[in-house]
Amino acid sequence: MKIIEANGLHYRQLNEIIREAIKNGEQEFKIIGATGQRYIAAGIKNKIKIVIEGTPGNDLGAFMQGPYIEVIGNGQDGIGNTMSDGKIIIHGRAGDIIGYGMRGGEIFIRDEVGYRVGIHMKAYDNLRPVIVIGDSAKDFLGEYMAGGLIIVLNLRGTVPIGKYCGTGMHGGKIYVRGDIDEHLLGKEVSITPLSEEDESELAGYISQYFELFGVKRGNVSLEEFKKISPRSHRPYGSLYTH
Amino acid sequence: MEREKQVADKDYRVPSACGIFGMMSRSGRRFDGSLIIKAMANMRERSNGLGGGFAAYGIYPQYSSLYAFHLIYDNDVAKNETEKILSLYCQVEKSEPIPFRYTKRITSAPLLWRYFLSPKKNADDDRTEEDFIVDLVMLINRKIPGAFVASSGKNMGIFKGVGYPEEIGEFFRLDEYEGYIWIGHGRFPTNSVAWWGGAHPFGLLDWSVVHNGEISSYGINRRYLSANGYECTLFTDTEVIAYLVDLLVRRHQLPFELMAKVLCPPLWEEIERMPQEEAELHQNLRIVYSEALVNGPFAIIVGFKDGMLGLTDRIKLRPLVAAEDEDMLYISSEEGAIREIQPSLKRVWMPTAGEPVIGKIGATSYATEHYIS
Repeated sequence: MKIIEANGLHYRQLNEIIREAIKNGEQEFKIIGATGQRYIAAGIKNKIKIVIEGTPGNDLGAFMQGPYIEVIGNGQDGIGNTMSDGKIIIHGRAGDIIGYGMRGGEIFIRDEVGYRVGIHMKAYDNLRPVIVIGDSAKDFLGEYMAGGLIIVLNLRGTVPIGKYCGTGMHGGKIYVRGDIDEHLLGKEVSITPLSEEDESELAGYISQYFELFGVKRGNVSLEEFKKISPRSHRPYGSLYTH
Repeated sequence: MEREKQVADKDYRVPSACGIFGMMSRSGRRFDGSLIIKAMANMRERSNGLGGGFAAYGIYPQYSSLYAFHLIYDNDVAKNETEKILSLYCQVEKSEPIPFRYTKRITSAPLLWRYFLSPKKNADDDRTEEDFIVDLVMLINRKIPGAFVASSGKNMGIFKGVGYPEEIGEFFRLDEYEGYIWIGHGRFPTNSVAWWGGAHPFGLLDWSVVHNGEISSYGINRRYLSANGYECTLFTDTEVIAYLVDLLVRRHQLPFELMAKVLCPPLWEEIERMPQEEAELHQNLRIVYSEALVNGPFAIIVGFKDGMLGLTDRIKLRPLVAAEDEDMLYISSEEGAIREIQPSLKRVWMPTAGEPVIGKIGATSYATEHYIS
């Protein structure tokens, strides 16, 4: 395992060290004392493992296709931007636009997230991105979402989602635990109960969440969840037909 | 100084991503500027070297009863003209160059001067002392070509210029000052030209404002301010926020929580869902202050003599994070910059869009205060 002291390192140096080590066959990394270094593991296609202590900077794992990243601390904005494979686990909270344009892989966040999480996620063929949020999300969750899955566990039992959830959404689904006020939803989505298939999929991710973060499951039950999904997959299909 | 030297989108690339940072000691403990310089350097990627600056509170305790004017001059003529006006309207207790050292990249600078003043107000002048000072600042900025008042508060000062913030901090020797509140800015100019006076923070009286974003309501805000005695002369949209805060909080006596709701009012559909009393309050605020609404993507930090305030636009188009340890409150564009100077924090949170984070010296909690009793 390669240990990297991030303190005082610019993100370019940090990423160079990682890439150089990968070339030499290294597969496991530990980054200590991260203070906002951007683009960590961006674009990396190898199935490496990186544990980060501290606060990694914006666009952690952007465009990545394979790494397994675990952050012991909080995340900033743009985690998993356009990633297509791999896994990111945040033992804390995270900022805005998490999973921006994400097209595959998984992101687990223990606590709450900020604004525009899952904006324009998409799925294709066997690529299906998933974001699991332990607490709650702020406004514009799943904005312009085209595919994939977002799960909000709302473990603190507060208001699970913010305003404009699913605005412009035309694919994928969001499972939310707790009550949802209709006025928080974008006009393109509706609330429906989960199907049996949805429930078995959700159960798998819930178990994974509690395993990953080692927190007590408490009384989380599948019946408490609702599904937010688009009314139409082509909301503007007839806009230019006349 | 060539003010029109560089044109956004023409002379340089313009992705908008300024970095802002504020730190204050709740107990009023003074500390030097090296910490905030380090925090700003951490967010170097958010600047492009075309502007950086700092506001510091508590740095002139020996002159705390006097107005400290920081002036930026293009030339000696501007300096002479300004000094004539200053001695006409004020007792100039002290006048001296602002100390600086040239750095690797900052090898030239305009004339930088500071004055400690007490106003000479006539007995029949019914303006408040603060209004008198505001008028004086407006007079200098408007009438004297090449002279700009960077700051005009008591026991505080604004240090700013063209360069990366950490270079500006080094240039102004901020490690030699001690303050209890520090506000910093790294600039990535988009809609306005780069010149020393146009860097952030913007200040008036004790107010200082740093800003990441752009104000699309600038035209309306500017007209409204003009009708209320504030002339926008600095070619930068952020200026309107400093003047709006002065108008709303000092002159109209609005609490900070309501001032934030004037700048970032709830949407009409949200007002409709509020309980009647609250709905009426917000309805009235929107009607009375429609021209003070600030539109466009922004995150700001406002410094004042006994606290600081952080705020983003209503739909959160710019980042802002807050944190606290035992004594300090931090507000920043990025958490990493806070961790750079304080790895162990008691609490880190993301302020809700359009809701202010308010820290006051001596206060026990930094949470948003309730504005309806």
